[in-house]
Amino acid sequence: MTAFLTIIIVLFIAIAIWQMVKIFDLSQVGVSNDQIANDKDNKINAYLMLAFLVFIYGITIVSLVFWGDLPLMSNAASEHGADVDNLMTISMIVLFTVQIITQFLLHYFAYIYRGEKGKKALYYADNNTLEAIWTIIPVIVLSGLIIYGLFTWTTIMNVSEDDDPLIVELYAQQFNWKVRYAGNDNTLGKANVRLINYDNANILGVDEADPNSQDDKITTELHLPVGKPVLIKMRSQDVLHSAYMPHFRAQMNCVPGMITQFGFTPTVTTADMRLTPEMIDKVANINNIREEKSIELAAKGEAVLDPYEFDYLVLCNKICGTSHYNMQMKIVVETQEEYDAWLAEQKEFKDSLIK
Amino acid sequence: MSTHVDTHALDDDHGHHHKETFITKYIFSQDHKMIAKQYLITGTLMGIIGVLMSVMFRIQIAWPGEPNILFEALLGKWAPGGVMDADIYLALVTIHGTIMVFFVLTAGLSGTFSNLLIPLQIGARDMASGFLNMVSYWLFFVSSILMVGSLFVEAGPAAAGWTIYPPLSALPMAQGGSGMGMTIWLISMAIFIASSLLGSLNYVVTVINLRTKGMSMTRLPLTIWAFFVTAIIGLVSFPVLFAAALLLIMDRSFGTSFFLSDIFIQGEVLHYQGGSPVLFEHLFWFLGHPEVYIVILPAMGLVSEIMATNSRKPIFGYRAMIASILAIAFLSTIVWGHHMFVSGMNPFLGSVFTFTTLLIAIPSAVKAFNWITTIWKGNIQMNPAMLFAIGFVSTFITGGLTGIILGDSALDINVHDTYFVIAHFHLVMGISALYGMFAGIYHWYPRMFGRMMNKKMGYIHFWITAVSAYGVFFPMHFIGMAGLPRRYYTNSSFPLFDDLANVNVVITVFAIIGSAIQILYLYNFFVSMFYGKKAEQNPWKGTTLEWTAPVKHIHGNWPGAIPHVYRWPYDYSKPGHDTDFVMQNVPLKEGEEELH
Repeated sequence: MTAFLTIIIVLFIAIAIWQMVKIFDLSQVGVSNDQIANDKDNKINAYLMLAFLVFIYGITIVSLVFWGDLPLMSNAASEHGADVDNLMTISMIVLFTVQIITQFLLHYFAYIYRGEKGKKALYYADNNTLEAIWTIIPVIVLSGLIIYGLFTWTTIMNVSEDDDPLIVELYAQQFNWKVRYAGNDNTLGKANVRLINYDNANILGVDEADPNSQDDKITTELHLPVGKPVLIKMRSQDVLHSAYMPHFRAQMNCVPGMITQFGFTPTVTTADMRLTPEMIDKVANINNIREEKSIELAAKGEAVLDPYEFDYLVLCNKICGTSHYNMQMKIVVETQEEYDAWLAEQKEFKDSLIK
Repeated sequence: MSTHVDTHALDDDHGHHHKETFITKYIFSQDHKMIAKQYLITGTLMGIIGVLMSVMFRIQIAWPGEPNILFEALLGKWAPGGVMDADIYLALVTIHGTIMVFFVLTAGLSGTFSNLLIPLQIGARDMASGFLNMVSYWLFFVSSILMVGSLFVEAGPAAAGWTIYPPLSALPMAQGGSGMGMTIWLISMAIFIASSLLGSLNYVVTVINLRTKGMSMTRLPLTIWAFFVTAIIGLVSFPVLFAAALLLIMDRSFGTSFFLSDIFIQGEVLHYQGGSPVLFEHLFWFLGHPEVYIVILPAMGLVSEIMATNSRKPIFGYRAMIASILAIAFLSTIVWGHHMFVSGMNPFLGSVFTFTTLLIAIPSAVKAFNWITTIWKGNIQMNPAMLFAIGFVSTFITGGLTGIILGDSALDINVHDTYFVIAHFHLVMGISALYGMFAGIYHWYPRMFGRMMNKKMGYIHFWITAVSAYGVFFPMHFIGMAGLPRRYYTNSSFPLFDDLANVNVVITVFAIIGSAIQILYLYNFFVSMFYGKKAEQNPWKGTTLEWTAPVKHIHGNWPGAIPHVYRWPYDYSKPGHDTDFVMQNVPLKEGEEELH
């Protein structure tokens, strides 16, 4: 309803402007009917250029102040995440500097060099020194960013299995996630979607004959011990999905027919993350919003919203169909003891089958 | 006006009027000026549909699940009780993307201005092949009809995103839109590609062969350079998309497995074996990335021309501008992998593509600085076209800068497929190209229709559009950095993003205002055609050849001989001349040097 009202209002505003322009045009009859900019137009629009520059700066400041704490730029929950955040911060500083300067030059020149009758522009067609300067400066800045970026990227992607990472399979399907732990041998049993058999509850197509698969454990939550490298092997059974774990600065597509992987080391447990000041603020803010919404809902006689408690999530980030927007799963980072205790409760694959 | 009349009998006999019927003049026309108008009007109509779709899904994002009478009226069974369905949401974003990228900003922009300006600015009677040109437009028209027609398919239009990645796009059981809707989408695009290739071929041949006497490659206006290089990129990359579409059709209908393997869906294993969806991504982006330059280069050309004319100054660094167009064109074909950093391709390739991608920033920076220097110490005439040209540089910088983050594989991991990407590409190629197109329309409207558009409406149109564009896309960077994925039907199904809801409302309000003001533009555009002030021959005091042709369109463009060219196109405010512009067909004075 609000939306509809907004549209109506906007339409009225549009019509009003249109009518005003028409009236303005009628009042111009007999004066000048030239549709080419004159000195007055140049002046008005030159001032508007300055105003627009202020607007650009304004919206930058407003965005940074009001929404600047939203970006995940300082609270990475993984080891490589700190590097990514650092690179992001440096890039952002470079970008904002260039943005502020170039937008100033563009709009200020547009303002100061506005056209006037009788003025003549400078015939200035070329200057190789200038061209060289603004070729070389970007080259230097970009070289720095490229080198830093490539080092970070290589560190992230070069996961060696020699570090003895925890091997976990993340399994995607329309529209949920499953997890398969490799068990005591830390080796996942072979699997292929062709082996899926719902009748005996082999829901991930794990090879029942493979000795490695006997102690695998299939769960619906991803638990990870803090401080231990994990190598996540990804599979999809139907269409492309993408495992997006924003708090860990981790993302990789899940591709039917092949296994993709992403490795990282979680550094902050869920419990500790909930206690960081940024997170306390964020959760409090979200809960305020939810309470307000709940009051509205209660007035309509509908169920109220539960209060929010922070959890890490893996989100689907590749369009995958109707419920793409709601394909997420909880990730719990906990101490080794908690993790061991939780894992011990999970059924081994050989026991989970219906015989 | 100093129309140079050549006394040679050469070329003279093409200038007279052929007998034309209504059908050969307005419908199956082979005249490049009429075909340009046909492209423009078709592109405009497609644009209206595309923008209307974006307004609908923006309303859904801002007020998720709330009934809306607009949805009920326009979406019918897809919005029971006025509440938008999740499937049609995905269909709307898919068709919005397809229409805006291909039908508006490729055909609508390139098709209009390449057709209008290439013959007029290089001094040719028409395109090399008027017939191919006509076929090209009508193929485009058919593909437009098919694309719009796909909206009315029983199971819904294509809804796999404009990138139509298989298996989602290949399997009707994965998504309703992947049935008949996707079939029509693919056929429409195949026809579109044929149209685009015929057009591009024609542009390349015309620029190479039909330049008038004296029009060397280094005397071409930058518009022509941009159209020429764009056409070459199109010829190189569009056939690859055609191949991808063809293979996808084979997978869908004839049981091959180019892109599919090991799929279990709705309780059954499919027969596909050995294909790879990643292969499709490679093929798609081999076109998909050059495509964004196919969209932006013509806009750059138009803007360069308009900036020089309205600043009454030569474009700064003419040769550097050509070099950067060529550099961008070359680099554009070797950067497609930056769309695939997290697709599962070898991470080493990621490093290579990061390197090539960030290199593109260099020619782009050169262009931006050259534009800024062009207006420095100018005598800037604030015509609506000039405002849009300045707006273009502004959004191109804002949007281009964030490309440095997305092109950096390490940073892309966390912002890939979030709203950050949407903010980036809308500013750098969506809004910028649209500004380029608006600038071109305001500037060459007198050339196209012989009348002037209303400047006051033009000013209001620009300023409200400019504010809305920043209002829509600037905050999107921040919700993207907060981790909000794109293509989510609603962000409120779990609480993580509840604190972003108010930003989304702000964005939607700006989107509605920005879209509504386009009504004023449409009014100005269509009404000026009939009631606009009559245009003079060279209203903006430009130097290029199109302003030497008579206002009234004639077949063959010039009544007499084709003007010859004696100088480069940017002799504005040249010392030693009485006027602040010297047209290309004016011979050099005694002792005058041709400077550039």
